[in-house]
Amino acid sequence: MTGTTHDDIKLSNAQIAWRAAQDIADGAYVNLGIGLPEAVARYQPPGREAIFHTENGILNFGEAPPEGQEDWDLINAGKKAVTLKPGAAFFHHADSFAMVRGGHLDVAILGAYQVAQNGDLANWSVGARGVPAVGGAMDLVHGAKRVAVLTEHVTKKGEPKLVERCALPLTGVGCVTRVYTSLAVIDIENGRFMLREKLPAIGLEELQSLTGAELAVDGTVADLIVPEF
Amino acid sequence: MDKTIESVAEAVAGIGDGAVVMIGGFGGSGAPIELMHALIDRHRQTGSPKGLTVVNNNAGNGHVGLAALIEAGMVAKLVCSFPRSADPRVFTEKYLAGEIELELVPQGTLAERIRAGGAGIPAFYTPTSYGTQLAQGKPVAEFEGRPYVQERWLKADFALIKAHVADRHGNLTYNKAARNFNPLMCMAARETIVQAAQVVPAGGIDPEHVVTPGIFVNRVVEVPEPQQEELLNRAGATYP
Repeated sequence: MTGTTHDDIKLSNAQIAWRAAQDIADGAYVNLGIGLPEAVARYQPPGREAIFHTENGILNFGEAPPEGQEDWDLINAGKKAVTLKPGAAFFHHADSFAMVRGGHLDVAILGAYQVAQNGDLANWSVGARGVPAVGGAMDLVHGAKRVAVLTEHVTKKGEPKLVERCALPLTGVGCVTRVYTSLAVIDIENGRFMLREKLPAIGLEELQSLTGAELAVDGTVADLIVPEF
Repeated sequence: MDKTIESVAEAVAGIGDGAVVMIGGFGGSGAPIELMHALIDRHRQTGSPKGLTVVNNNAGNGHVGLAALIEAGMVAKLVCSFPRSADPRVFTEKYLAGEIELELVPQGTLAERIRAGGAGIPAFYTPTSYGTQLAQGKPVAEFEGRPYVQERWLKADFALIKAHVADRHGNLTYNKAARNFNPLMCMAARETIVQAAQVVPAGGIDPEHVVTPGIFVNRVVEVPEPQQEELLNRAGATYP
């Protein structure tokens, strides 16, 4: 497993984010995890309006302000300065996590170190060394109607990130419903990875060889087509 | 009724060694920098308070505010969700040297534990952390077919709070997302100490706009144009 093919054909982070954005319905309330998932907000299909939630107490925030115009009381969960859109709201942390755990968010999109075929997610700790930090990750995997993951299909060393069982410390048990990777779109159904879309340039066998658990196929696998940018 | 006092030094004068202190803010947003620095001033002059347990979402950034409090050696234990930042060196070095204890709590659980502490609810169940390392040793119960983890309330001796406008009765408003943990911590402390950018007479805040009712507040000190952690760090500031 060299990973060479993967590196040649894989989607960029922006393209993975674009694909995930296509599944967000008009009127959806959405939380985007820190890092890679944040880019999803940029690829909203025209004509759809999603409302973005941040853990530290804003609904309907927008892009970063121009440099020099930051208000450091107006930041997102990644502690980056943001702006407000018309119809924004502020609230305290207990209300913010009531929105999360209480089933009020339509979609949460998170990053991952590993995702298991039963929907377990590991995305907060790579082991015992250093300072542990969890933030809102363990809350966000509970309560949203859909919990999706955005990730490279394999690690930088070419090891599968989609696995039978997570080896790293868990963030949540059986919580992930869909995975958008640099090669494919995969649902988690009844304890299995169900392949929905894959890049036309990769064969099923090769995709399977880059995946740490069996890829099930139910009917046809659609082509994963994403614009170049 | 008048809860206002003259100085930040007077505001923090009653905080003793070993106290549990909740400090509002999420990163620098809503962090009461001047109250924390007043506490550091007192420690420099008198050697007290020390051995504090601090409850905050983070563990400080750079060498001001909470990071400075930790750097001064005043904090024995930190209860937080995310002890990382752009410049987390102060906490990281003390933690790796075994000089500060860390209780890591998922962010929503931290918020709800503080809310519960202020609301008189000793324990509650949450789906958060079920099946993870952070649920080890905690009771689990099933409700409507799903497992939940029992968590306990969190209370404090003191809360240090940053508000935008306060009136003399302690009614508070906040600035934008600086609200975060502040209203919850106001409820959960035996004595809540507030720095506000502006103090107005009773009636100066529309009752429809009050975010924290004054019943949760004990002392208010006016700190016009409060400092922001992010701007201090960009300027390379250290405290003291």
